[in-house]
Formats: sequence, C-alpha cells, structure tokens
Amino acid sequence: MTKRQNRMVLVALLIAGAILAVTLLLQALGNNSNYFYSPTSVKQGKAPTDRSFRLGGLVVVGSFKREDLKSTFDVTDNNNKFTIEYTGILPDLFREGQGIITTGSLVNGRFIATEVLAKHDENYMPPEVADALKQAQE
Amino acid sequence: MWKWIQAFASPRNFYQTSGKIIPWLMAPFIALSLIGLYWSFVVSPADYQQGESVRIMYVHVPAAWMSLFIYIVMAIASGIGLIWQIKLAHIVAKVSAPVGAAFTLLALVTGSVWGKPMWGTWWAWDARLTSELILLFLYLAYISLHNAFDNPKTADKASSVLAIVGLVNIPIIYYSVEWWNSLHQGSSISTTKISMQIDMFIALMLISFAFKFLYGALVLMRARDEVLVREQNSRWVREIIVGVGK
Repeated sequence: MTKRQNRMVLVALLIAGAILAVTLLLQALGNNSNYFYSPTSVKQGKAPTDRSFRLGGLVVVGSFKREDLKSTFDVTDNNNKFTIEYTGILPDLFREGQGIITTGSLVNGRFIATEVLAKHDENYMPPEVADALKQAQE
Repeated sequence: MWKWIQAFASPRNFYQTSGKIIPWLMAPFIALSLIGLYWSFVVSPADYQQGESVRIMYVHVPAAWMSLFIYIVMAIASGIGLIWQIKLAHIVAKVSAPVGAAFTLLALVTGSVWGKPMWGTWWAWDARLTSELILLFLYLAYISLHNAFDNPKTADKASSVLAIVGLVNIPIIYYSVEWWNSLHQGSSISTTKISMQIDMFIALMLISFAFKFLYGALVLMRARDEVLVREQNSRWVREIIVGVGK
C-alpha cells in the first residue's frame, strides 16, 4: 500500500469507529433519549413511578375545563388516556386536539402537571387554507 | 481536471482567482436576501396556528441547514487534507469553523425565541435541540483545538481528526425527530412532500440560497487571509504586501 492509501484506510477506520461508538451509546441510552412517554407506554408501566416524567399526546376535544389558573383536560394517544391537572399559564398553541407534552407525576391515576408544553407539527399553512381543509373534512 | 484542481489549489493561484470570484458570490447573496426578506415579510402569509411568529422560520431553518452543511464541508475538507495533503483543504476547513459556529448559534437562538411563545419554553432537552447544541460544542472544540498548536501542520492534523469523528453527529441531528419522541416537530420538507404553503417554501428557499452564497464568500475571504499568513515567507506574498505598501 502507498502512504496515501494508508491514510485513506485510517480515515475510514476513524469514521467506522465513531459510528460504532455512537451506535452503542444510543443503544445503551434506549428509551431514555425519548423526550416523553405516550399514555399507552405509561399504562404498560414503562414510565418511572418514583419521580416525575413527561407525558405526551393529544388533548381530547371537549375535555378542557378551567377555573382561574387551574385547568384539567384529558391527553390521549387514541388508545389510552390520562386526566391532567395543571395550575399555571398555558402556551399559545395549547388547544383541544393539539399535541402537548406535560411534565409531572401520577397521583392516584391522575397526572399532576408542573409544566405544559404545546407541540407543533410540521404543517405550515395560512388560516384560509386551514379553514378550507376543516370544511372539507366536515 | 486533476491538474486544474492542483493548479487552483496552489496558494498563489488560489489567492488571485478567489479575489475575482468573491464579488460573484456577494452579488447573488445581496439580491437573494433582499428578495427573500420581501417574500418572508410581505408575500408569505401568517400561519393558521403560529400567526406572525412563523416568520422566525425563514431565518431559523436556513441557519440550521447551514450549520449541518458547513460541518459536512468542513469534515470532507479535513478528509481531503489528511489523505491528499492539500494545504488549501485544511485552510477551507479551518476558516469554515467560525462561520459554521455562528450559523449554529443563530439557529439555536432563533429557535429559542420561537419556542418560548409556541411551545411555552425557551429550551428543552429533547433529541433535536440537544444534538444541535452538541454541534455548536463540536465547532467550538475544533476552533480551540486548532488554536492550541503553534505549528499549523500539527494543528491541521489534530483538528481534522476531530472534525471527521464529529461527522457522526450530523445524521443524528437530521433524524433525531424521527428516531425519538421529541418536542421539536418533524421535517416539513422532504424529497417526497412539502407540508407548507408555496410562498412560505419560496421564502425559505430564497434565504437558504442567500446563506449558501454568503458562506461561499466568507470562506473565500477568510481563506485568502489565512493563505497570506501561512505563506508570509514566500516571495509572491512579499511582492503583494510591498506592492500594496507603495
């Protein structure tokens, strides 16, 4: 092998080594690198019970109730749902049917939240188009 | 082709040729930015959910794309520099790093400003945000490592290795929103579909191409300076400096 080919092999090994190391690292992290748990995985007992965790899903339409700053609503992944209790200001994008991520813990089957974040999806459109789409669905 | 590359890559030739190319990169940058700004503020509509805040995207997304693009360029240039030992490739990698770091910071800051009103938080440790922050640290590590050596040849070699190893982070950033549950939304633009209104897409593309030209111009400007510093003992540099001094 020439010196140049030698260096090529070295660079290739470098890249292969980096990929291998990171793949193993990500495998080891597993579920921990997920930002939130779905209601189904919480029901299956995958979420921690001894500390707070994040729960993500869609706000069930018609479930939102509010008294002053205290609000309750249901979050679902279309299979299972949890009732959330939260005291505080909700983000601009919060609305029924919207995806949200909330931090808190389960107390007697109810999720007591300390933070509610609204998730935005990848669809960007002007209000008129959104209205037209809605009408078409109905 | 190979001969042409070698001729262009010689420091002296590069210095002369690149000086002529820079205006041809700056002009499209300025033109595309102006049209892009008009398209993002006037032509493109507000979003049905985000309202006017959607306009932050026209800086955020192109900046984030540049942060990935520049890193890939930097890693490839480092690889070429290591394998074929072309001085100019190392110079391109070195001068790209601060530009890439700036775009990464811009993407992080604009994302944060958008995240506060939309998500309800400035920052979240989700996969996309965290891996992009690691990219910023990679750029900063590359810059510091390069500056840690007195001998430019040693500095080039050591930081090239870092740049190539760090390349593994790029697919992680790109696919983070698919591989894991994240707060950050998925990609609106892929090869198969574009889930945004066409004027929004045009504004995004205009700014994105403007940034590409800006990067090209900045790299050439910075590389010219770097060439002069590295070749300061050669005759042609002295001739230029003396010529300028006259």
